[in-house]
Amino acid sequence: MAFEIVVVGTSYGGLAALQVVLPALAPDFGLPIVVVQHRGKDTDNLCEFLQRHCALPLAEPNDKEAIAPGRVYLAPRDYHLLVERDGFALSTEAPVGYARPSVNVLFESAADVYQGHVVGVILTGANADGARGLAKIKAYGGLCVVEDPAGAESRGMPQAAIAATKVDAILPLREIAPFLNQLCQHEPGSSYAS
Amino acid sequence: MTSAALQSDQTQLEDIEIALLLEGLYRVYGFDFRDYSPASIKRRILERMRAEKIATVSAYQDCVLHDDACMERLLVGLSVHVTSMFRDPSFYLTFRQKVVPILRTYPTVRIWHAGCSTGEEVYSMAILLQEEGLYRKCVIYATDISREVLRKAREGIFPLAAMQEYTGNYMKAGGKHEFSDYYTAHYDNVIFHPALKTNVVFSEHNLVTDGSFNEFHVILCRNVMIYFNKALQERVHNLIYDSLSMFGVFGLGNKESLKFTPRADFYDKLDSRDKLYRKVR
Ligand SMILES: C[S@@+](CC[C@H](N)C(=O)[O-])C[C@H]1O[C@@H](n2cnc3c(N)ncnc32)[C@H](O)[C@@H]1O
Repeated sequence: MAFEIVVVGTSYGGLAALQVVLPALAPDFGLPIVVVQHRGKDTDNLCEFLQRHCALPLAEPNDKEAIAPGRVYLAPRDYHLLVERDGFALSTEAPVGYARPSVNVLFESAADVYQGHVVGVILTGANADGARGLAKIKAYGGLCVVEDPAGAESRGMPQAAIAATKVDAILPLREIAPFLNQLCQHEPGSSYAS
Repeated sequence: MTSAALQSDQTQLEDIEIALLLEGLYRVYGFDFRDYSPASIKRRILERMRAEKIATVSAYQDCVLHDDACMERLLVGLSVHVTSMFRDPSFYLTFRQKVVPILRTYPTVRIWHAGCSTGEEVYSMAILLQEEGLYRKCVIYATDISREVLRKAREGIFPLAAMQEYTGNYMKAGGKHEFSDYYTAHYDNVIFHPALKTNVVFSEHNLVTDGSFNEFHVILCRNVMIYFNKALQERVHNLIYDSLSMFGVFGLGNKESLKFTPRADFYDKLDSRDKLYRKVR
């Protein structure tokens, strides 16, 4: 199974977690990475902040922007971020489970479009957002990675994800980027998911 | 077949059923959602189906096409009306600084809010124009596809609970007075002063099926086209271009861009961060 996109969801503690994951990504990382971090009203500078910790170009996408490999995309404040066949789509519909952006909304749309070619990653967070989306990714034959709740700043999201589906890898935070780097180097056609 | 392969077959089938449902909705009732952005329209249809406790899109289509009430509920579910006053305050601040001086030079000003929803954007603009001494020479056309939101917009009644956030936005947007000067509280609601809507014309207009109806000096179409697919966006960009006078100003939502649209080269950016453009050819 060759992967085409990595989607990442995190909430409470996510900022610190992303500062561990992003800098450890290979500079020639070959897939697009799309991140939903739950964020409050006054977080307009999150993008600039995270870019300082990331060698890959990182940006909040505009509506209908094309999805390019080797880039990190951050869901903008107060919008849901969805992926479609020809790019990103944004929406201001009601928060899902109190969250906008919602991890489930991103993950479900990614599974719909990329089917089995999605890698879903759940990091620290104090709610259950992402569990349903990760289960959908799994149902389509995608690969599911969850931060080990034992070491997570907040266990809620990882635990909910693990309870919702049979995940492929439960890893300590610092091993997640190396794991993704390896996936990416793999020749298309080789299989991780069974 | 593996379960994953079954899943993706089912998704394909569902996508076909959704296309048929939207085609039916258009052919039977005239509401054209066929070129809306697929990911979010699918989400909202599936959400409606869960609420109606219907398992397949085909069964849902049966209900929508034969039961007006079911169709009405779908229409409500398909629309996203979320809005607020002085949403993205810096947009309004930039408007004050860069657009107001342009408008001062015109004897009369026609403004079009396309997709105005429940009117918060319109009242925000009316307040801004009044503070800049321009309101009297402006006519504001506020349009939306939905009759229900226009009714609310005309009333100008909003929840009191929202005023704290709006007051903050108003101040960040360069507001010159007390925000509470503009409304009267009544129990859990506030009513905005009717003087703010004397020069506002609220009316139904569908960006997909209706044409240009005037020439404007300013057109705001914010967070409306994000619900359209690329092809429909292009059509609406053409409609807006055709409805804008030369050197007219066009405003988009914070995460929308003119880049990659066929009209991109016909506008100059008025500001690098806020989505305000000026028609130059
Ligand atoms: C998210 S609201 C945006 C409100 C406001 N402009 C803002 O930015 O806060 C989108 C609005 O677009 C309207 N809309 C959707 N499709 C439309 C169409 N084809 N023609 C006109 N309005 C439409 C919806 O009814 C809704 O009120």
